[in-house]
Amino acid sequence: MMTKFTKRPDGRKFEDTRPIEAKAGVISKADGSAFFKIGKTSAYAAVYGPRELHPRHRQDPKTGILRCNYNMMPFSGEERVRPGPSRRSKEISMVTEKALQPVVNLEDYPNAVVDVFVELTETDAGSRCAGICAASMALADAGITMKDMVTSVSAGVIDHNIVVDIDGEEEHIEDVDVADIPIAMIPSTEEITLLQMDGKAKKEELLKAIEAVKPALKKIAEIQRKALKEKYKG
Amino acid sequence: MTDEKLLVKDKDIVIPGEVLASGMNYLPGHGTYRDDKKIIANRLGLLTIDGKVLKTVPLAGRYMPKRNDVIIGKVIDILMSGWKLDINSAYPAMLPLKDASFSYIAKGADLTKYFELDDYVVLKITNVTSQNLVDVTCKGPGLHKIRGGRIIHVNTHKVPRIIGKKGSMVSLIKGATDCKVIVGQNGTTWVSGEPHMEIITVNAIKMIEEKAHVSGLTESVKAYLEKATGKKLEVKIKE
Repeated sequence: MMTKFTKRPDGRKFEDTRPIEAKAGVISKADGSAFFKIGKTSAYAAVYGPRELHPRHRQDPKTGILRCNYNMMPFSGEERVRPGPSRRSKEISMVTEKALQPVVNLEDYPNAVVDVFVELTETDAGSRCAGICAASMALADAGITMKDMVTSVSAGVIDHNIVVDIDGEEEHIEDVDVADIPIAMIPSTEEITLLQMDGKAKKEELLKAIEAVKPALKKIAEIQRKALKEKYKG
Repeated sequence: MTDEKLLVKDKDIVIPGEVLASGMNYLPGHGTYRDDKKIIANRLGLLTIDGKVLKTVPLAGRYMPKRNDVIIGKVIDILMSGWKLDINSAYPAMLPLKDASFSYIAKGADLTKYFELDDYVVLKITNVTSQNLVDVTCKGPGLHKIRGGRIIHVNTHKVPRIIGKKGSMVSLIKGATDCKVIVGQNGTTWVSGEPHMEIITVNAIKMIEEKAHVSGLTESVKAYLEKATGKKLEVKIKE
């Protein structure tokens, strides 16, 4: 079979991410906050807590809980997003929570809650990954005890080619099979905390894609660390 | 024998997940944990190397109650057995009847006579349980209900800087403005004095909070206070 897709629309190499920008401590009222931008996707994350959990019946004497909220601003994409929770945003809130939970030492905060709010001001594919990166930085900035950071980026399979950090334009290529695979990983142990797929890809391609994003994730982890250290350098 | 290596320097800023040392020669302290042969930071903070022990001093985060801390709390509820106070933490504090006053409080007495809702009280933490239940007392030197003045909130991790070495910083401010200042370990701070002096005090405290990591802080605070109050000041360190 002939490969029709040989070059990425924005001229990136297959293993390259879009330009990344990260900053910690951007929201002064929050206990911890961060900004993460990858290409044309920008995420702000704010962390509040640990604080008292209400409603009280959700309190757990064994451990604290993590509560994430993902929200796309109405003006963030090409089409207006109706404000308020949607089926999609609820799902992403849940997967964000599950991606971060393994690293946060919630047992240190029994009966309490750590709230994470992720707001996207600009979206062009990979928004949940940007949100997870920002949220993990914000948690560290809030002084929450955690085993490691979480880094996330999406992989793509476009016409059987594996690409890193698929963008909006590539996601909408027609006539060929496109799969969007968001992945989140704990860099030190290489444990995967988020893996989703939208589209069509072979099993081997999925496995290859997971391998392909590892160098990019290591790079993003370094950027996150640098941004946090930058805040306290003074 | 594996290679024993320290990968960071004293006073470095460390990020959760950062490997601090490898080998069994070092011990993990507060804010760090051991994973196999490595010592890894588990919160953002300033690394301190104390002999063989590696620990991190937190730079951010909410107040976590600790025994014997003097704090300022706000009454949020009155119960049968005492008062519930908000102490700027994830957990409320309990002030039982017997620790509220030196005089005997009879059962069924009107508790609002002692502390009303929204009153601020200087307290000392007597006990913190594993579930972070906090017991406080109002009996002791310097512990009392607050009347007048104003309350400000500062970052709990900057409190040691605001107090200074042996209280040098806070007594510098007190001397300059003739205000009464009580800085709670939880970051809640009470300032009382002449209204315009209160403002100078608040500004000075905010300035310390912002520039907590800068060296020569005492000098710049002194310069600010001298300019604002027009007094000549001297930094005193109590022996």
